Amino acid sequence: MIPKRDKQAVGQRFLNAFREAGAVEVAPDILLPADTLLDLYGEDIRARAYTSSDPLRGEMMLRPDFTVPVVQMHMAGGAEPARYCYLGEVFRKQDPGDERPANPRDNEYLQAGFELFAHDPQADAEVFALFHRLLAPWGLRAVTGDMGLVMDAVRALPLSEARRDALLHHVWRPKRFGRLLARFSRPAARRNVAQSAAPWAGLRTRAEMERRMARLAADQDAAPLDPAWIARLDRLFAISAAMPKALGELTDLSREWPDLAPAIRRIDDRAGMLADLGVAPETVLFDASHGHRTMEYYDGFTFSFLADGRTGWPPIATGGRYDALTAVLGRGGRAIPAVGGIIRPGLVAELETA
Amino acid sequence: MIRLGVPSKGRLMEQSFEWFAARGVTLSRSGSDREYAGRVDGVEGMSLILLSAGEIPRELAAGRIDLGVTGTDLVREKLTGWKSDVAEVAPMGFGHADLILAVPDCWRDCVDLDDFAAIARDFRAVHGFRLRIATKYHRLVRAWLAAHEVADYQLVDSQGATEGTVANQTAEAIADITSSGETLRANNLKVLAEDPILRSQATLFAHRASLADCGPFLAQLGLEA
Repeated sequence: MIPKRDKQAVGQRFLNAFREAGAVEVAPDILLPADTLLDLYGEDIRARAYTSSDPLRGEMMLRPDFTVPVVQMHMAGGAEPARYCYLGEVFRKQDPGDERPANPRDNEYLQAGFELFAHDPQADAEVFALFHRLLAPWGLRAVTGDMGLVMDAVRALPLSEARRDALLHHVWRPKRFGRLLARFSRPAARRNVAQSAAPWAGLRTRAEMERRMARLAADQDAAPLDPAWIARLDRLFAISAAMPKALGELTDLSREWPDLAPAIRRIDDRAGMLADLGVAPETVLFDASHGHRTMEYYDGFTFSFLADGRTGWPPIATGGRYDALTAVLGRGGRAIPAVGGIIRPGLVAELETA
Repeated sequence: MIRLGVPSKGRLMEQSFEWFAARGVTLSRSGSDREYAGRVDGVEGMSLILLSAGEIPRELAAGRIDLGVTGTDLVREKLTGWKSDVAEVAPMGFGHADLILAVPDCWRDCVDLDDFAAIARDFRAVHGFRLRIATKYHRLVRAWLAAHEVADYQLVDSQGATEGTVANQTAEAIADITSSGETLRANNLKVLAEDPILRSQATLFAHRASLADCGPFLAQLGLEA
């Protein structure tokens, strides 16, 4: 059991390093309004975050992560490019399901984070190289991904716009994504809409229903997706290798899937930038399905640092580009290009004592 | 002394009494109808405690009662990690009810959960907030929808008259317990064509740590601990 003070000290070291990398330290609130978080993350966050209520402010949540308050603070007045860093507790509860775990996960732990609001691809490399340098002493396994590649791949499928949009919407939910894909690969079944004599009820309007029915009717003419595309998607998602090898496999795949070329070029450029920043691309894994199975809203570069041999541990650090989140937070107005990540100093402290 | 908790009123109490009577144990209310003390005849070392069906899960988990009759829905909703604290001894064959997801009957394009997921996505895009499901079974519904990777919805709490929330425009769909479906139909709601979120019935549960002590009594009932 490592005292919290020691974990705090490890966190301070990362915070100092982030400051030296040009970030301004910020200290967001611990109690956050629940509505913004719920709107962004849905019920998943209610299962994970501690909620409380305030007689004046309504439902509040104990900070489940720093991203939202930091983005909001930046939106309220920051100019790009901007670099912020922070150190503090986040709070996550665990619903054990049918049986209580013998060793419950920490429900309160430190995060040291760095967020960079800038669009240029160099920003992705800057954040990753910084984390890579700071975490170098512990020999962690660095895994990267690119949701932009996955989204470009989906956009390039020969599908109707409606089908493409549905897949893109669920790109972070592998099961639903898979169900949609399976349906699109079959000949469209004739849809029998239900009959109803019931009066109209509720906030959803008849016009909304009619729009969807028209979409379903149009979908009946859609040709099934050629199984070759499913095979290509499977091939894409299976790519997991050191960056240079993964890039080779991606290039092979792009011979039958030319639309992947721009995204592959972006990844290749990133590998070059990483090399320039002193990170050997051969030591970094690229896993095409990395972001596909992680947090919603990561829509570009993603990364994790993992401690091999520590079964059951979450990643020591995670991060990525999340322009999709700032777009939702900005209510369709201003989408702010953002990339960042967090380190869990508590886990690093445990690695140090081992 | 083994403490047995049974719902304190209504059909659930009567049917519980009948179930035990059929197995040679007579349960009854002592004194007046207002008193929540009970009598047990036909077995030694047993006391009857009458309490609200909704409180039985908590009392069982805490070990303040050793055996208790309540619905599986209440145990699974109210007790996180329920299997760690209580054991299912015997389904009792009454109090059947399914926890289901229902939508307005006028939604002719909504048959199954895939439709529902698509409608939720459209709804959020049009209305700017997540489609609302009224329920009191927050954990069960959330876990079920998460398992099916349905997004774009939110739960709103409804502790009663849940079927009315759609007409009142405080929710777009409901998740509730139903046995015959009559109330749903009366409120112009239809159940999605999916397996229920949970099939519930009145069940005899034991506090896990009391299971051994209850052995002889359960054997007398013709059950195995």
